[in-house]
Amino acid sequence: MATIEPSQRSPGGEPRAAVLTAAPSPKLEVRGLDVFYRGEKGGETHALQDVTVDVFPREVLALIGPSGCGKSTFLRVLNRMNDTIPGARVAGKVLLEGEDILAKDYDVVTLRRRVGMVFQRPQPFPKSIFDNVAYGLRAHGLADKREITRRVEQALGRAALWDEVKDRLDAAALGLSGGQAQRLCIARALAVEPEVLLLDEPTSAPDPIATAKLEELIAELKADLTIVIVTHSMQQAARVSQRTAFFYMGRLIEVGATKQMFTRPRETRTEDYITGRFG
Amino acid sequence: MSATSPSRSEQVPLAESAPREARESAAPAWRRSPPRWHGVAEALIKTTALVAIVAIVLIFVFIAAETLPLFTSHEVRAEVTPSTMAWKQTWGEAAARWSWQPASEIPKYSIAPLIIGSLKITVVAVLVGAPLGILAAIFTSQVAPRWLREILKPTIELLAGIPSVVIGVFALLVMATWTHRLFGLEHRLNAVVAGCALSLTIIPLVFTLAEDALSSVPKSFADASLALGASKMHTVLHVMVPAALPGIAAGVVLGFGRALGETMIVVMASGNAALVSWSLGVSTRTITATIAQEMAEVVHGSPHYVVLFALGAVLLLFAFATNVLAMRIVESFRRKRGGS
Ligand SMILES: Nc1ncnc2c1ncn2[C@@H]1O[C@H](COP(=O)(O)OP(=O)(O)OP(=O)(O)O)[C@@H](O)[C@H]1O
Ligand SMILES: [Mg+2]
Repeated sequence: MATIEPSQRSPGGEPRAAVLTAAPSPKLEVRGLDVFYRGEKGGETHALQDVTVDVFPREVLALIGPSGCGKSTFLRVLNRMNDTIPGARVAGKVLLEGEDILAKDYDVVTLRRRVGMVFQRPQPFPKSIFDNVAYGLRAHGLADKREITRRVEQALGRAALWDEVKDRLDAAALGLSGGQAQRLCIARALAVEPEVLLLDEPTSAPDPIATAKLEELIAELKADLTIVIVTHSMQQAARVSQRTAFFYMGRLIEVGATKQMFTRPRETRTEDYITGRFG
Repeated sequence: MSATSPSRSEQVPLAESAPREARESAAPAWRRSPPRWHGVAEALIKTTALVAIVAIVLIFVFIAAETLPLFTSHEVRAEVTPSTMAWKQTWGEAAARWSWQPASEIPKYSIAPLIIGSLKITVVAVLVGAPLGILAAIFTSQVAPRWLREILKPTIELLAGIPSVVIGVFALLVMATWTHRLFGLEHRLNAVVAGCALSLTIIPLVFTLAEDALSSVPKSFADASLALGASKMHTVLHVMVPAALPGIAAGVVLGFGRALGETMIVVMASGNAALVSWSLGVSTRTITATIAQEMAEVVHGSPHYVVLFALGAVLLLFAFATNVLAMRIVESFRRKRGGS
């Protein structure tokens, strides 16, 4: 796979990306990233192998690939959520605006405030809907009640959940449906205004209206933040992203402009996956 | 009742097996009806549960029956009635007061000093023990590294295995001296000493239940909080502890019940004087210690004997109320959280 890398990344940066994005310096630089999980009986799973990729400011990068290829693992590294998995080990470099976020003494709390994440499995807190969205704001020290209310309402609106919950903000969030819970988690992440947003299959609930609204939101958010989105839907990747990365068995097979990936993929494995021959 | 249940459960599989064989022609060949011993096991489990329920009911009936003369027997009521137990009496003197002196010339059976004593000591025990147990549980399950957790958990739980008489001796000889030196309270043995000694018995109880509750909060809750940029401590205090609150609260209430019912430690460490005083520094007599110490000397069927059973009934009511309260608390938390 190392042979792919030079062709993907010419020495002077990524010309394709430079055309697509205004800012030349990447928001996130991932260099030679390896992730290991502790398996049973002392063995290790090599979940990501030598992944090198850049994410540019104000772009949407879609991650695609078959189940178990390491997409969620990759996302979790970007805000150090892998720290919470016992036995998980990360090697390589991840730079956020040039700073190495994998450094031991890097402040992960600040990192996670800048790099927000919505998990694959939404997990509302056993609190009210309002308190769920206000949680991050309060955790970051915001105490002004009116400001909290304003931001909660705004976040719920952006996540296309406001109309459904505006009359029951004090109701328990655990009573929401799966799709609503997912949008609640998106609202929760948006409320704290991160610079980078990591979305792990945010529209897995098959609701076309909510999906359309979320994709609209992504297009709108792109104006001021950087988004990395994992999706199982090729159509969605094509609709929302500027660039797409294809993962396969822990390796980054190909990354490039979404249009080019879906029309003229460089790798046959990418083509096989996109055309539905496997995965 | 127990004689009929085994024979009935033997009939159940027999009765079911006939139609099942008829169905079996359509079912795949590997499918078998459940083995016979499942029926036996079920009967055993049912019988055991029944025995436990019968035992509890018998205890209730026994205590109620022995308390009954307080309401029915003229001989007993000449000396003591529920109302003389409850309200202040003059006892042939000028001022009305509460007094527990069952062995004096005019036997005095006021229950107030004993209830006050029990509550004083129990409240001290819970105020000392519950925070310690909860904090230890939070530390063990949320903060301590794994190796330390594996030492702490069994060590604290081992505390539950210490015989209460040993804690009583420790309280009598060591804790009493310390508290006397530190605070210089009125009596050497008092509600503080007994309460602190009792807290040693409820710490492991509160700890175990709180630790279980905290450890069973899904990791995804913590992850969701951390991913929002909340600190470890914020996550523990605002997500993990609230999510575990029903279990923690149940632990505290059960700890209260445990402390209320504990006997040996209070007999040894409380000083046993039935004073009507809310002061924590004076000798104190509890309901349990009274029953334990006086039951042995009392004449069977005498008014004193009946009164001791009435005390037992009161204790049982308290214990019942605490358990109902614990269930209520858990239930209300559940409802507030919604679902799950
Ligand atoms: N906590 C963990 N412990 C051990 N192995 C893990 C853990 N999480 C993931 N893995 C393994 O790492 C590999 C990559 O998992 P990951 O969750 O990143 O896949 P994914 O691409 O997100 O898949 P999906 O599309 O199904 O969500 C898989 O083989 C998985 O079994
Ligand atoms: Mg995944």
